[in-house]
This record gives sequence, structure tokens and C-alpha cells, in this order.
Amino acid sequence: MGLDSPIPARPSATHLRLLRNLTEAVGISGSEAQVREIVRAHVEPLADEIRTDAMGNLLVIRKGPGRRRLRVMLAAHMDEVGLMVVSVGSEGELKFERVGGLDARQLVGKPVWIGKDRLPGVIGGKPVHLTTREERKQTTKVESMGIDIGVSKKEAAEGKITPGTGAVFATSFRRIRGTLRAKALDDRMGVAILAELLEHPIEGIELQAAFTVQEEIGLRGAQIAAHTLKPDVAIALDCTPARDLPTWDGEENTQYNARLGHGPAIYAADGRTLAHPGLLRHLVDTAETAGIPYQIRQPGGGGTDAGAIHLTREGIPSISVSVPARYIHTACSIAYVSDWRNTVRLVHAAMSTMTRSALRR
Amino acid sequence: MQELIQRLVEAFGPSGKEDQVRDIVRGEIEPYVDEISVSPLGGLHAIVNPGGGTKIMVAAHMDEIGVIISHVDGNGFARFHKIGGVFPQTLVGHRVRFEGDVTGVIGAEASVEIGDAPKLAEAFIDFGASSVAECPVRVGDLGAFTRPFVKLGNRYVAKSLDDRVGVAVAIEAAKRLRNSPNEVQFAFTTQEEVGLRGARTSAYGLDPDVGIALDVTRTGDTPKGIKMAIELGGGPAIKVRDSGSLSDPRVVDLMVRRAEAAHIPYQLEVLQAGTTDATAIQLTRAGVPVGVISIPCRYIHTPSEMVDAGDVENSVKLLVEILKAPVTLDRE
Amino acid sequence: MRPEDATLSLLKELIELPGLSGYEGPVQRRMHAEWEPLSDEIRVGRIGSLYARKRGSGQEPRKSVMLAAHMDAIGMMVSELVEGFIRVAPIGGLDPRVLPGQPVIVHGRRELPGIVVQPPDHNLPDDLSRKPIPLKYLLVDVGLPDPARLVRIGDLISFAQPPIELGEDVLSGHSLDNRASLVAITECLRELGQRDHEWDVLAVATVQEEETFAGAYAAGFELKPSIAIAVDVTFARGPGLPEHKTFKFGKGPANGWGPNIHPGIYSAIEEAAKRVEIPLTREVLPVHSGTDAFPLQIAGEGIPTGLISIPLKYMHTPVEVVSIKDVQRTGRLLAEVVAGLAADFMDTLTWD
Repeated sequence: MGLDSPIPARPSATHLRLLRNLTEAVGISGSEAQVREIVRAHVEPLADEIRTDAMGNLLVIRKGPGRRRLRVMLAAHMDEVGLMVVSVGSEGELKFERVGGLDARQLVGKPVWIGKDRLPGVIGGKPVHLTTREERKQTTKVESMGIDIGVSKKEAAEGKITPGTGAVFATSFRRIRGTLRAKALDDRMGVAILAELLEHPIEGIELQAAFTVQEEIGLRGAQIAAHTLKPDVAIALDCTPARDLPTWDGEENTQYNARLGHGPAIYAADGRTLAHPGLLRHLVDTAETAGIPYQIRQPGGGGTDAGAIHLTREGIPSISVSVPARYIHTACSIAYVSDWRNTVRLVHAAMSTMTRSALRR
Repeated sequence: MQELIQRLVEAFGPSGKEDQVRDIVRGEIEPYVDEISVSPLGGLHAIVNPGGGTKIMVAAHMDEIGVIISHVDGNGFARFHKIGGVFPQTLVGHRVRFEGDVTGVIGAEASVEIGDAPKLAEAFIDFGASSVAECPVRVGDLGAFTRPFVKLGNRYVAKSLDDRVGVAVAIEAAKRLRNSPNEVQFAFTTQEEVGLRGARTSAYGLDPDVGIALDVTRTGDTPKGIKMAIELGGGPAIKVRDSGSLSDPRVVDLMVRRAEAAHIPYQLEVLQAGTTDATAIQLTRAGVPVGVISIPCRYIHTPSEMVDAGDVENSVKLLVEILKAPVTLDRE
Repeated sequence: MRPEDATLSLLKELIELPGLSGYEGPVQRRMHAEWEPLSDEIRVGRIGSLYARKRGSGQEPRKSVMLAAHMDAIGMMVSELVEGFIRVAPIGGLDPRVLPGQPVIVHGRRELPGIVVQPPDHNLPDDLSRKPIPLKYLLVDVGLPDPARLVRIGDLISFAQPPIELGEDVLSGHSLDNRASLVAITECLRELGQRDHEWDVLAVATVQEEETFAGAYAAGFELKPSIAIAVDVTFARGPGLPEHKTFKFGKGPANGWGPNIHPGIYSAIEEAAKRVEIPLTREVLPVHSGTDAFPLQIAGEGIPTGLISIPLKYMHTPVEVVSIKDVQRTGRLLAEVVAGLAADFMDTLTWD
């Protein structure tokens, strides 16, 4: 790491608080208001321009000093996977559907927060005594689950919750030395990084920060944000699964996707984007020159906002950089502080040295 | 044309690394067009008669299916992910090539029963290396299948005839056309096999009035084959619909009428699984009426795709017939 | 003529027209005739959607609201001719279980009446015995020894079930999805002819909703309305259907809610319904609304979008059933929403 980086290696109390507030907010796809308010409060004083668009993306422009060299769009999505209450059952239980990629096996027995006011509830499960051997081999169907909010009459539940309200896992943020434990690190981590990067204007760079909506249900917000912003180049800041766990048979794990502690995960290809080769080179060169650890995320499926952005208009050179985190899309994900900080440093350094030559294929 | 097709199919060009193919195309077509440029996603746009008449985008994709390295283990074996629609039964024993003249062979774990196709995660590439240091590829490197071109009777057999044969048809049409009363926008697109990506951004940039994709289609003429009324040697297929695009009826009519007027054999195509660049083009901006000229092709997405030389020639003729006279959808 | 009769007769006329996805010409021409006298400008977009603008009374530059209903219908297409029979490909989402025995029209060189037939078990793969027969094994029989002279691959096949009036207020037939909504928008334009509205209204009949959503993407991109409301059908309640995904038949339209929907447009619709005392139910759509609201929201720089749906029974069968009263209510509701749009509405529209 170059000594002149303005990005501190340890997170400040402010940034830890920001990340805590972000991960504890309720913001399923399409209902990102609470997250947007937290972001807006942090970035409004830094912004040259700030607005919320037709879908709820928060678009923030910060112009660096000097003659403009590049317009760089950085995108981080505010939404998280979760549940939407769709009806109230006869006993006052809330029936729900999943919004985004949530494994049904992760749901039973979890506490949840419902709506902006974080009304508490629990997803109950059948007592094991009353299950059959056959039942225990099957995943409980989401249609048969319900959220219990402590009422037993339909009318009582209807007085508290309107169908259409979002719900998320009730997980409080914790920092345990170098480890962060929270729900929704995907992608409140990216949101926190982007908010922090707005504090550091870079000479010649117009930073177009897009805090996007509805990524988890099809990269929908990023598409219109990119169409509006018309950037020269785009980087999606996201959180990617670290599957760096042992395999059941003790064989080498060849499908780890990314590993904790190995630094920011730079994308060559995922299910939605083949990274711009010039940007891939630039990010790798930047990391190596500055001595920032990095890893190439294993090519494979999945997708980030870059998948929508790079196909906008005539095409926008794009790449993704993610903080690796274990167990994303569950109640509790785990990331390392070091990967977080190194990601902020890498993206900042890459923007500082980026010129048009990075956009050559 | 055979020589051109051979050069194109033997070139290396998995989605995202189409440079080699683009260089061949540029060398061939540049003398015959008025403007030429490269798009942000690497597509080549070659324009005939810019500013004149109806803007017709003619799209053929340069990329082919392939692989991308995801992991190199301690003994120098590489794991990989697929690029585009790679079938598991085309893996074991096949060879893949990477930039810098690197070749590897695909093997599978012993847990895969003999005779079964491995899952992608059960296959690996052997580069003849025995350590990470010796392995000539790194995570993120793109590769493509390799197989020499052969001619069997009146048929061409090769990998990546999908869609280099479409590329060849476009180049040959440009050569014969010389000029057009329309603005003809030849778009040699990228990343079709991973989701019609290059066509989408090219169409946005070119803003055509009409879009025509050139691509291969499946046939129903092999033993106990799919139920489909398309055969090799029956002439170019004029697509009515596939699983992604609805050809504009006016474009279909135009193609049929020009084929009939010039006595070019043709077949009408309804494809139930698969699609082309036309799907991306039709959704661009205020919408674009699209059509497709398909070259019938057997064994698509295997290293031995097969097309009929007569179909290729007739596809060129049909495309030239369409482009050489003014195209006005409303009046025709 | 009573207003109900006008509604009913237009709707009956519309569902008797073919107009499968990609081939909406017949409906487009009929709607052109219907909307021309009710609008100030009318034209056809590049891929066949119909755009009619009725100008508002506000000062230029005026805001505009798009009311979009798709005019395409599901059906089939000839994919192959085999020994005098026709094999088919689907257009739109078809359940092949409802097809055997259905009367159809094959739009060949002539219009040929035909029947969808299920071959006898011994002509089918063994494992299909007594099971529903997939579409690829069904055939259309037009009763001619050699239909190849009259039929070619790519010809359209539409349902031939004639409209059936079930009592006073109820119509059954194919393609009520989504011709019922075209009629509702027509009723809205008629009412707006009698009352003041500040905003421009863009009545749009879109193409290809059942297949590609291309019509709505294109219309949203080209017309750039300030806001949009998609009008479509939704599921009416019936035996064996989940209650929260279905709506009482004949008891008013549904107001879409979820990520495809801008909450401010949702509220504007809700308030308008209260003003004119039209019963309205919230329709919770957690991910994809499956309507033109989905593409409209992300067209161009994005459009704040709402969705009003008319409850319909037996969707995507040839005997869909709709309440005429609900069609009229939807038209009235749309007119009230439009008339209620003040010049400064956009300033008050927020996601929070």
C-alpha cells in the first residue's frame, strides 16, 4: 500500500456505525427507503448533486478538482433479499413469499423484523416430536410457513401489518476483532464503501455514485441509473459469497468462489458480465503496484449491477469488485475488516490512476 | 468462400475474446464499406452508404462457446466454467485452446461412470503440467474448443460454424453488394453466446430501422431427430419465430418475396428452443422490426457442426437480393 | 344504447378479432378507428403498438400519463405439416391440457376451421398413457386431405370459441386477456372527453406482451411519459385457487403493489377510487408483476409506474370470463386518476 493513500486501514467509528446502521435497516427489493435515508444523511453534505430517480435509486455526483478526465460510475445496491408478507392467515399468522434468492432451508426457526418499524416476529417450526421420518427428509415448504407476531386473531394481525410489507432476518451487527457479523452485508458493505469513497474526491474524476434498488430481483435499478448517468466507465461494488469451507469428503475445495482474507475479489466473468479486459488489467496492476492483496473471483454464475450497466446504451466498459463474505443471503454473514478496508483502498487507488487507456479492450 | 469460412472457423474467439476473428473480418470487409468502427463491447460496425435510405442492421456474431479457468490445483490441473451453451457430452477427450498457442485436454473425475457425461464441476483440463508454476493458464483465462475444418461432400464440418458461417455470409454479401440504396450496417457482434450482449449495445448505437440477424438454426433431418421442418440443403431458413424473437411479418414477407422473385430456394422456420441476436435488436430504443436468415446446421454447439455449401451460397444471394433494392416496410 | 351495451359490443367485437403476439394488425386497426375520434394525435409505433394522445388543458410543457394495455393474445403457430396434420408451437403461455377438442382457425391462404386433437394412446409414447399430452404431440386437423396447399409453416392458429354472454353482466370468450383492458381505456377516453384534465393522456395498445414485452419497452422509451399505468387482467377467485393471489369477481379492480410499482402512483389510484367510490383491492406482487408494468418501469431513464388489473376467471383458456361492470369501473377509475393529476404532481411523488 502506498503511504499516500488517504484511506485509513482501520475503520473509523463513523464508518463502523454507518455499516451497523445499514446492515440493521430493513430494505428488501422495492422497499429500500430506510437504507436510502441512512445513505442520504451521510452523503448529502459531500454531494455536488443528489437526487432520487423514478425507481428510488439515489444518484450522487461528486466532482474531483481539475479538468475532468473520466466520469466513473460506482454502483452498490441498497436492497437485500428477504420476505414479503402477502396475506394474513386465520390464526393471525403472516403468510409470505421470498423476494430474491433465499434458500427455504434457512427460514424455519428464525426471528424476523417486519417493516420499517422492525416489528418483531418469528418463523415457527413444527415440534420435532410431531414430525414423521418422511417429513424430516423434506424441506419445509414456504407456503406452509408463517410469521408469528404474537397475536392469534386475523383482525389483530391486520391491525399491525398490511400485506405487501417487507420482512428481514432480525440480526444485530457485531464486530469481533477483525471479523464482522451481520445480515445484509450483501450489499450494505458495498453501500458503506461507496459512501466512504464519496468523502475523497479525486482529481479529474467525476464520481457518479449510484446507490441502486432492486438488484436482487434482476439488476433493475442499475439499468436506468446507467442510462441516466451515461458514465465513461463503471464499477459495481458488491459482496460475493466466500465458499472457502472444507468439503465433506476432505477433497480439495475447487469451488470456493472467493476466500476471506485474500483481499478484494476482482471479477473476470460472472453469469451476467465478461469484465472489460482493460479494466481487469488496470485493477490487477493497481493492486500489485500498491501492494494491496486481491483475488480473482472464480468465474461462474451470479451477477452484479455491472450486468445491467455494461449493456446500457452503446455499451459501457464495466467490471465488478466484491468484498468476500461467507453465508450471504442467510440470517448471518461473516466478512473480514481487512477485506473491507482493502477494497476501499483498491477502488480509490484504481480511480486515482485511471485514464482513458484503461478503456482499451 | 470455402477458404474464408475455413479461416474464420479455425480462428480463436470465445465470447469476450473475439479479437482474432475481428481482425480477419476487418481485413476482408474494409475495402467494400464506407465506414468502419469498433464498439465499446468489441463489435465491428461496417457501414455501406451511410446516411442513405432505410437503415438496415445486418448482425452476425463473431464469438463462439468456450471455457474459462476457475482454479488451478497443486498438481497443475485446471478447473473451468463454461462460456455459453457447452454440452457436458462434448467435454471428455476434447481439446481446448487458449491465447498464446496453449492447448489442453479435458478429463473427468473417476466418480463419473464410463459412458456418462460429467457435470462441469467433475471435469478438468490437463495442460501436461504437474504444478501450479508449470500450468500455462491463470484463473480468468478464456479458452475455446479446437478442431480442424473438413469438407464432406457438399458439406462443411467444423467447430464454430455457429456463427462464423453467418459472418462469412455477411462478408461475401458486402463484397457482391458493392453499393446499396439502403444504409447497410453490417454488425459483427460479440458475446452472443452468453446472452446476446454485443447485439444489444450495437443496435443501440446504430439505431437501425430494420434488423436482420444471420445465424444458424437446428434441423429435423437426422435419424429420430427433433420435430422440425428444416433440412440441410433446403435453402436458407426465413425465421418466423423462435423462443426469443417474433420476426416482424413485414420483414418475413419481404424476404419471402425477394427469394421467390430471384428463384432462391428457402424454408420457413419455427424454432422452439434457441434464439439469435434479433431478440436483443427488437427490444432496442423504440423497438426495431426484425427478421432472421438462418443457415440450417446440424450438431450445433459440438466441435463438428455441419452446414450445406448450397445453403450458404443461397443465403448470400438472398441477403444481397434484400439489400440491393430499397427496403420500405410500410409500402411493401 | 345503454352504456353497458356499448362496452359489451366493443368487447365482443374485439375478442372476435385475431391478433396473436407479433401479429396484432387486426386489433390495432380496430383500436385506431375507436381511439381516433377520442384523441388529438394517433399513430403506430415502429413495431406496431398504437399511440393515441389526448391533450390536456395545462400549460406547455405538459406532463403526460401513459395508459398501456397489451392488445396481443395467446394462440398457436404452424410448426410442421405431417401427413395432412398440423403440428404446432405455442404463442404465449398455454396449458396444453385445455387444448384437445378446442375449435381453432388456421390462418392459411384461406381461414380454415380446425380442431386440436389428441392422438390415440397407441400413437403416442408408452409413458404418456392416461397422462396429459404435451403440446408437441398434439395435432390440428382441418379435415382436408392435403392442407399443405393452403397452409405453410408460420401460419397462425387462433381460438375459434365465439363470445358467450353469461347472464346480464358477464362475458365469456378467448382473448379477454387483455382486450377487456383496451375497452376500459376506451371508456376512460370517452369520459375524459366530457371533463377537464391538465395532463396529456397517452393511450397505448402494446404489442408482444405475452412473448417479449417489446411493445411496452419501446413505448416507454419512445414516448417518455412522466408516469405510466399498465392496465391488465388478474386472477378472479375460484375453487382451488389461493385466496391472496385472487380477487372477488365483479367486485372492482385490483391496485398493484410491489417492486414494479411506484408507491406514489399506487396512492394516487387508491385516492381516486375513494373519490368515486369504486371498490379497489390491493394486489401484492412480490417480484415480477407479469404485466407491462415490468418493462415500463425500467424503460429509458425509468418511469414511475402503476398497475390496475381487472379480475378475470380461467385466464389463458378459450373461455375466460369477465364482468362488464368491472371493465366500466376500471375505465371510470382511470379517468378519475387522470383528471386528478395536478400540474405539480411530480413534485410530490416520492418513494419514501
